[in-house]
Amino acid sequence: MTNVLLIIFTISLLYLSIAHRLITYIKILAFQGVLLFGIAFIELIEINAINLTFVLFETIAVKAIVIPLFMNYTMKRNRITRDAEPFVPNFVSLIIITLIIIATFVLSNSITDTRISKIYFVVALSTLFAGLYIIVTRSKIITHIIGYLVIENGVFILSVALGNEMPVLVNLGILLDIFASIFLLGVFANRIGDVLKDVDVDQLKNLKD
Amino acid sequence: MTGIYLSCAFLISGLLLFNRNRALKNMLVIAFVLLQIGFTIYEYLHINTIELTYFTADSLGVLLLITLCIISIPAFYHSYVYLGTKQDNPKHTAIYFAAMIALLTSISAAYLSNHIAVTWIFVELTTLSASALIYHRRNNRSLEGTWKYVFVCAISITLVFIGILFLSFSLPKAGTDDLSFSNLLNKARELNAFWLRLAFIFIFTGFTAKLGLVPMYTAGIDAKDKAPSPAGALLSSVLMNVGFVGIFRSYIVTVNSSIHQWASHVIIIAALLSIFVATVYMTKVKNIKRMFAYSSIEHAGIIMLGLAAGGVGNYAAILHIVLHSFIKSSLFFQQGQIYRIYQSKSIYDAGNYFKYNVTGSIVMLLAFFFATAMPPSGLFISEFMIFRSLFESNYLWILIVVMFLLTIIIWSFGKNIFKLLFTPAVDFKEEGVKKINPFESLSQFILLGLVVYLGLIPPQQFVTLIQETIKNIPH
Repeated sequence: MTNVLLIIFTISLLYLSIAHRLITYIKILAFQGVLLFGIAFIELIEINAINLTFVLFETIAVKAIVIPLFMNYTMKRNRITRDAEPFVPNFVSLIIITLIIIATFVLSNSITDTRISKIYFVVALSTLFAGLYIIVTRSKIITHIIGYLVIENGVFILSVALGNEMPVLVNLGILLDIFASIFLLGVFANRIGDVLKDVDVDQLKNLKD
Repeated sequence: MTGIYLSCAFLISGLLLFNRNRALKNMLVIAFVLLQIGFTIYEYLHINTIELTYFTADSLGVLLLITLCIISIPAFYHSYVYLGTKQDNPKHTAIYFAAMIALLTSISAAYLSNHIAVTWIFVELTTLSASALIYHRRNNRSLEGTWKYVFVCAISITLVFIGILFLSFSLPKAGTDDLSFSNLLNKARELNAFWLRLAFIFIFTGFTAKLGLVPMYTAGIDAKDKAPSPAGALLSSVLMNVGFVGIFRSYIVTVNSSIHQWASHVIIIAALLSIFVATVYMTKVKNIKRMFAYSSIEHAGIIMLGLAAGGVGNYAAILHIVLHSFIKSSLFFQQGQIYRIYQSKSIYDAGNYFKYNVTGSIVMLLAFFFATAMPPSGLFISEFMIFRSLFESNYLWILIVVMFLLTIIIWSFGKNIFKLLFTPAVDFKEEGVKKINPFESLSQFILLGLVVYLGLIPPQQFVTLIQETIKNIPH
């Protein structure tokens, strides 16, 4: 069952690479939150109840509901145009994300350890690189945040792989998640939107040599 | 004591945030400085004792804590001078001091923590507090600097977290307490090489955002440029040392494992690229503060080379990072006065500084000689030892390339500094020039004096601390 969820998660990355409208990105993020809820529920059922509740609450409430709603609100408030404005054609993006997934597959072949199943490693690492790819190829600041949140999801999958042995690390990851996303979104929604109209990274290119 | 220190310091920071009374503010700041001094002395006297399970004042932590304590006092003094000239509103001043105290506290805690996850938490807190300092001027450009810093640091802190996860995979059998540095060091031989490699790559890349190395150095440059100069001094000295602590502690684990050679090569590549990038930008940069920031990148590269070369280079790297902190912070403190005279950071608008501020010019000239490692600077000693260690470990070509790049750096640094000191500025109106009190340069003279003292005739305690720090690196 976890494998099915993880594979659906990987497919959502491919969909992310060809999505055009910002609202689609946000919907994918919410969907990934639901998937993570399922993965965490199946994998971590053995850890103690309070910890499990915390993890599940974080995935379903924060990742799947609060953050997407807040991003939607930010978009409306700052009147961000609905297109994601990628620098590269979607076809190329699709190929590159596929290559990333294949490369992590190849890399995972060199794992000799049996303690962690390879599929976690593959999905987590390809999510990480897909997030980085989205950050560098989209021009809006809000797409940078979306890329960052995708990276966070990858980190979450990796920490779940070890969750039964070290629940502390899962909690630390969640701490990072909540802290960083509130912080980034807070700066974005409160400051950048007020100072600059139609937020685009092109307006943040004054500092250079 | 660590518990008392942390709770008191964060309490002071919180009180400052809500306090609008001037007298109370001064008292709180003085209370923090006294607390910091007391804490540093206490930790020096109780070296290697474990407190609150997660904090150990080992020799590296104490050494950098003393450095931080020495730099923080002039930092507060120059902050008063800086805020006094700007007539800021009380709310911004309150946030400034609260953020600075939170920054210093989380840096101190990060130095002392003996568990990689605890270090990670406090490094995250330094990002938060530093961003409040960078945003102090509240204009478009400082917003841009803050945003870039926050974003790049958020990504690098995530990379460090992934590194920690891989590190826990590398352990033969995982448990909650197993990620303390001493435990990792004991088990270094049993760690799985594949996971350890991945862990080291991620942890190293993540911490380069704080230390200022390729690939994550970019955000630090903008941050040091846009932050007020006393805050910039902290960012390019004590905050860099946080990144160094993170890298150094995980490097010690890897040098005791089977991937020693590989880790050294990774570090050498990053260090060489950093020195190269610093050289390229130093030749074209026209903003004085950014020039200092790039000079920090160069020094971070040299420090890492010393570490990778091993032998006497280990000793020199620790010596270098302490001395560099003093020099770079005094350069940034002095930059605040330059800005007050010329109202610009560009090298084109500045010039003939000797005419307007003789004491400040002498500081600038001395600090330039010291930062480029000319004798009697202590950096001359450490750089010489690093070069020797590179030579001894058969990295001759790297040594030649580095020396060539350093020559270009000295040339371009000197070109700008001499322009600032001697060549008259174009279109500069002399009427409204403010008189600078020579007393404001006193702290810089003391810091530079310390560099000579610690470099040429180091006291025995100082040498012992450095030797204790590097004792776990195999020769």
